[in-house]
Amino acid sequence: MTGRQAVKAYLDLMSQPCRAVLIFLKHNKIPHTVEQIAIRKGEQKTPEFTKLNPMQKVPVLEDNGFVLTESDAILKYLATTYKVPDHWYPKLPEKRARVDEYTAWHHMNTRMHAATVFWQEVLLPLMTGQPANTAKLEKALSDLNGTLDKLENMFLKRQAFLCGDDISLADLLAICELMQPMSSGRDILKDRPKLMSWRGRVQSALSDSFDEAHTIVYRLRDKFTAKL
Amino acid sequence: MTLEIYLDLFSQPCRSVYIFAKKNNIQFDHKKISLFEGYQYGEEFGKINPLRKFPTIKDGDFCLAESVAIMIYLADKFHTPDHWFPADLQKRARVNEYLSWQHTSIRMHGAKIIWFKILIPEVLGAEVPKEKMENAVENLNWALQLFQDKFLQDKPFIVGDQISLADLVAIVEIMQPFAAGMDVFENRPKLKAWKDRVREAIGAELFDEAHQATMSIRDNAKTIDPKGLSPLKDKILKFFLS
Repeated sequence: MTGRQAVKAYLDLMSQPCRAVLIFLKHNKIPHTVEQIAIRKGEQKTPEFTKLNPMQKVPVLEDNGFVLTESDAILKYLATTYKVPDHWYPKLPEKRARVDEYTAWHHMNTRMHAATVFWQEVLLPLMTGQPANTAKLEKALSDLNGTLDKLENMFLKRQAFLCGDDISLADLLAICELMQPMSSGRDILKDRPKLMSWRGRVQSALSDSFDEAHTIVYRLRDKFTAKL
Repeated sequence: MTLEIYLDLFSQPCRSVYIFAKKNNIQFDHKKISLFEGYQYGEEFGKINPLRKFPTIKDGDFCLAESVAIMIYLADKFHTPDHWFPADLQKRARVNEYLSWQHTSIRMHGAKIIWFKILIPEVLGAEVPKEKMENAVENLNWALQLFQDKFLQDKPFIVGDQISLADLVAIVEIMQPFAAGMDVFENRPKLKAWKDRVREAIGAELFDEAHQATMSIRDNAKTIDPKGLSPLKDKILKFFLS
């Protein structure tokens, strides 16, 4: 396609789905520019950004005038528009269905429960200056444990990655969510060797782009644990 | 080997799969199961779908859950008309965008209303705090506003001029609080007009048939045997009310 410009991604790397989009772009060498939108500074509420995305959320992808929100829609769009290895979002219907099955389930499970732990343990205390509510944090951790059980016993039961023998969009979305609680120094996978091995495999497959995207999480972790 | 589809039409995502399969004349063995009898927790079903969720399909040895994944799989396998899940990647992305957003908005908030208004008080015999009910209604109203402003706007359907999976998934979720007695279409003429178009595109008979169990829930709630749901009572109350 002649004259096609690089896609533009509006991201805040503190956001889990934003990291997934950035990692995918970088790892697959998809030409792109990034505009940082700092949620903590309210930059998603400016008139310009609101015009782009009335939902005032990130990530947003802009492809030559085509504006798209929702990380799983963005990732699937990029995977099918650009020449990326098939394993990310396989063409074979049964294999693709497994990724679609995970990305649907992900919203109310991995994303919801890992994000709630982060909210209760890190974000809310940072915003209010109050210590974390123990009861709410315990409930969040219990819900997350239920999700981790399902990831181990169902998705990873007989395979190296969530949807098969190779990494896919599912693993990318999941890993970014499961990294978020690390902002407090908490390793939610520490007593789960199966999930830790999976995390190792995913990090290995993503190499530099993973650590680059997660620098912000490591920095917050260092700041958070220094306070204790 | 026949395609088996496990459904309880009381469930919103089961309805979208049912309507999609029927509308497209996809032959399937309709395995009727009852959520209220706790079928999803049985040993037999656990073998078919360890995620223990409805809807589920079994296509030969291939088992799949999640209505969105199921419909995309069936659309491809049975070469359904393009408008359901367009081949054009940008139109397809728009469908995916809605299908993604709706999980934690329309679906999440819409689902609570029927539980709070009818199932929890009448079948489980538990009280729903007024504040929880008010929050649920407020959140659903917020989601419906966004649905109209961002996804529907002034278009006949969510993506273009014809019905797609986005409209189908949206309508079955919005019908749930409607069935509970919350008139989501009152003072929302745009939404009502869209609903009428969707019902017509699906076919009024199929649409009404699929929604029969849900629309009669207010009358039938008292006849539901609480024994089926009561083992799940603590789990349900924790999920919805904590």
